[in-house]
Amino acid sequence: MTRLNRQSLIIGLTFLVLAVLPPLLSAIDQSYYVSIASKILIYALVGISLDLIIGQAGLVSFGHAAFFGMGGYVCGVLSHHSANDLLVFSVFTGTNNALISWPLAVLVCMVLGIIIGVISLRTTGVYFIMITLALAQMVYFLIISIPQYGGEDGLSLWTRNKLPGLNLQDDTQFYYICLAWVIIYLLIAHKLIYSSLGLMIKGAKLNHQRLIALGHPPFKAQLMIFVLSAMGSGLAGALMVNLTQYVSPDYLHWSLSGKFLVIVILGGIGFLFGGLYGALILLGLEEILSSYTDHWHFILGIALVIIVLTSKSGLYASLVGRKAT
Amino acid sequence: MILFIEQLFNGLQLGVTLFLLASGLTLVFGIMGLINLSHGSLYMVGAYVTATVTNHTGNFFLGICAALVCAAILGVIIEMTIMRRLYHRDHLYQVLATFGLILFFNESVRIIWGSQPLFIDIPQSLNFTVNLFGQGGYPAYRIAIIVLGIVILLALFVLIFYSKIGMLTRAGSSNREMAQALGININRLYTGIFAFGAVLSALAGGLAGPIYAVEIGMGESVLILAFVVIVIGGIGSIKGSFIAALLIGIVDTLGRAYLPAFFKTFMSASDGAVVGGSLASIAIYLLMAVILVVKPQGLSSKL
Amino acid sequence: MLQVNRLCARYGLSEILHDVSLSAKQGDIVTLLGRNGMGKTTTLRSIMGLTPAYQGQISFQSEPIHQLPSWKIAQLGIGYVPEGRQIFPNLTVRENLIATARVSKSKHWNEQTIYELFPRLAERQYNMGNQLSGGEQQMLAIGRALMTNPELLILDEATEGLAPLLRQEIWQCLQQLKSLEQSILIVDKNVKDLLKIANYHYILEKGNVVWHGDSEQLNKNTDIIENYLAV
Repeated sequence: MTRLNRQSLIIGLTFLVLAVLPPLLSAIDQSYYVSIASKILIYALVGISLDLIIGQAGLVSFGHAAFFGMGGYVCGVLSHHSANDLLVFSVFTGTNNALISWPLAVLVCMVLGIIIGVISLRTTGVYFIMITLALAQMVYFLIISIPQYGGEDGLSLWTRNKLPGLNLQDDTQFYYICLAWVIIYLLIAHKLIYSSLGLMIKGAKLNHQRLIALGHPPFKAQLMIFVLSAMGSGLAGALMVNLTQYVSPDYLHWSLSGKFLVIVILGGIGFLFGGLYGALILLGLEEILSSYTDHWHFILGIALVIIVLTSKSGLYASLVGRKAT
Repeated sequence: MILFIEQLFNGLQLGVTLFLLASGLTLVFGIMGLINLSHGSLYMVGAYVTATVTNHTGNFFLGICAALVCAAILGVIIEMTIMRRLYHRDHLYQVLATFGLILFFNESVRIIWGSQPLFIDIPQSLNFTVNLFGQGGYPAYRIAIIVLGIVILLALFVLIFYSKIGMLTRAGSSNREMAQALGININRLYTGIFAFGAVLSALAGGLAGPIYAVEIGMGESVLILAFVVIVIGGIGSIKGSFIAALLIGIVDTLGRAYLPAFFKTFMSASDGAVVGGSLASIAIYLLMAVILVVKPQGLSSKL
Repeated sequence: MLQVNRLCARYGLSEILHDVSLSAKQGDIVTLLGRNGMGKTTTLRSIMGLTPAYQGQISFQSEPIHQLPSWKIAQLGIGYVPEGRQIFPNLTVRENLIATARVSKSKHWNEQTIYELFPRLAERQYNMGNQLSGGEQQMLAIGRALMTNPELLILDEATEGLAPLLRQEIWQCLQQLKSLEQSILIVDKNVKDLLKIANYHYILEKGNVVWHGDSEQLNKNTDIIENYLAV
């Protein structure tokens, strides 16, 4: 079987399984797993968006929790204000309407992405890693220094957002919303990669100097992809807060940025679709290990070291029979 | 004024702690090209070992010595089993493997020592205050840390620029293959440098023990500060690290001490506290951003 | 003292050396000749353990060395002067000499004797490696290798890229080494100069040794020089 066929087969099969998962789970009376599946999809969305910047541009962002958390906080804070009838910045009211708060979350992350991107894209390599980490840490400290939003404790929400015509409180409907976003984001990312912009970004990864010499300084293109990546992660954060009905500084924490990187690696760098498998493995492992021991981080840590030392391509990459780029 | 000098010294003390951590980090990165997130874990282990031995024997200096020995052994083991396999890998994989090590170390500490923080008393011999400029008392222990940090900086300079080991280190960092072809066992040299960095990190952790709580995760928050330090200082530069560490220590400490009060002068007390507190908590990151805009490679780029 | 037996080496997937055998005796000056890209440098790198031998054996003073790491090979007594000199740029001249030195009372080479051999280096001992001219760098590279007091000195492109006068200086230095009975394995393009000081020659062509003989034989066989060495 050729690679392409094998790849389309796997993608097709995966989406088939994802499409029928909720009825399947309720048929075997395991509906509890629907919300876990939603969580996997949400993390997959981050994995896909992060792979956009790592796999395509070759820049390792160690700060994507900042976007994830920021998206979540925008959603959570709006909802908090609307539930308690408080004004945001004493100017406008909060809202619980997904049609307002989700786009707003993505918009805020876009702005944050531009700010962080403009600063960190001045550098590459290990500087980029550390600067994204540091700037994400800045966002973390900024948020927990605001006592109104729960400080280090975070905020609990009364209810999920409202989406006209749908009931997000229903786990199955919420699951399909997450799935739809993953598909939409995959399509956008896919389109971008094969556009001239995407090629330019790939070119910058291979030969930065030459692109500049050819009159295409890659900064703008890299910034665009970085911002798109930030927006995807922000959307995922908004979904996450809806899933758990809880906004926590943990969503901004640097260790979550680390986990996002793990997802990308497990899935295989450069395979957008791999993020789905990366999220599946990581969360699956978390779910299984934590049911046996409280100290599952101990095992995860060792596993990570072993994975890095022994393998060079991710699971999805091995499935489709290719080496990660 | 007294308060200001006190805060300045607190800043220096934080800066020195950061320098101990950052110097090992920057050496390992500058020479081996390894970005080691788990450097902070050795800081934590150093603090825990110091706390345990001190609380058992009642002797803080014995505790510090035990921590240094432990860190050296751990450093050698980690380098030989894991790190040397990472030198040639992409930074992403280095980040991932050392992230795994953080999880491993944090959980190991939880298993061994439990989740409750530990506390260390300031050693009796340093538990007094010193008059600064004839006014106000300042803890001698903190002054001791500052002095020790400066001594270590000088020792590092002598070691790197005037000892044969230092020459070999610099030779190896510019041309690893050539150093080997002239008969230098680079692997052993690298193990030594890594273990040395681990010892400095554990020293920083042990010294911080009596000032901050000894708890799980203490390594990471300070590690991220150390990253800011080496980014500002220029990766690989000891001199740059020292300057940047003091800068960060002072800006962070003074920011926390004065910004809330400053904003309260023209805002309501509660708003001022929030805005000032927020700004103080991000001041060093803003500083980093500004320096990077001016000098993307940091203040200094030579070893 | 040095025996290379049916050496085969590759870079990645492409084989550079197919079948190289050569030997050097104590006190000999042996040359490796051949056009660019014929495998001279690779042969030297294989001896030093920098490009591992894929097949074949290399032994030095009857000890097999083809599986040793390069630092051990160097410590057994081989001093290496690489192509392009590869001075440590961030070390001073003096530091370049002493960082990797293995000197002792009973050995001939130390800082003093190196400065006598190359007075220029003494003048520039506090300059950084990257502040030297090409000729000075070459002197420093030779001095650095001699400071390990090697039994065998390996010189890759000893005079490449140097002005004629500087070349003469290097040849004179090699002549001096010869009078000290230093064994040398040397690669260079100036066959005439090599013929004057070397005893034995190997010619490499596409990764194989195609001819070997002493200086007298090479002098007689001008067609060999024509065939394998003329540009």
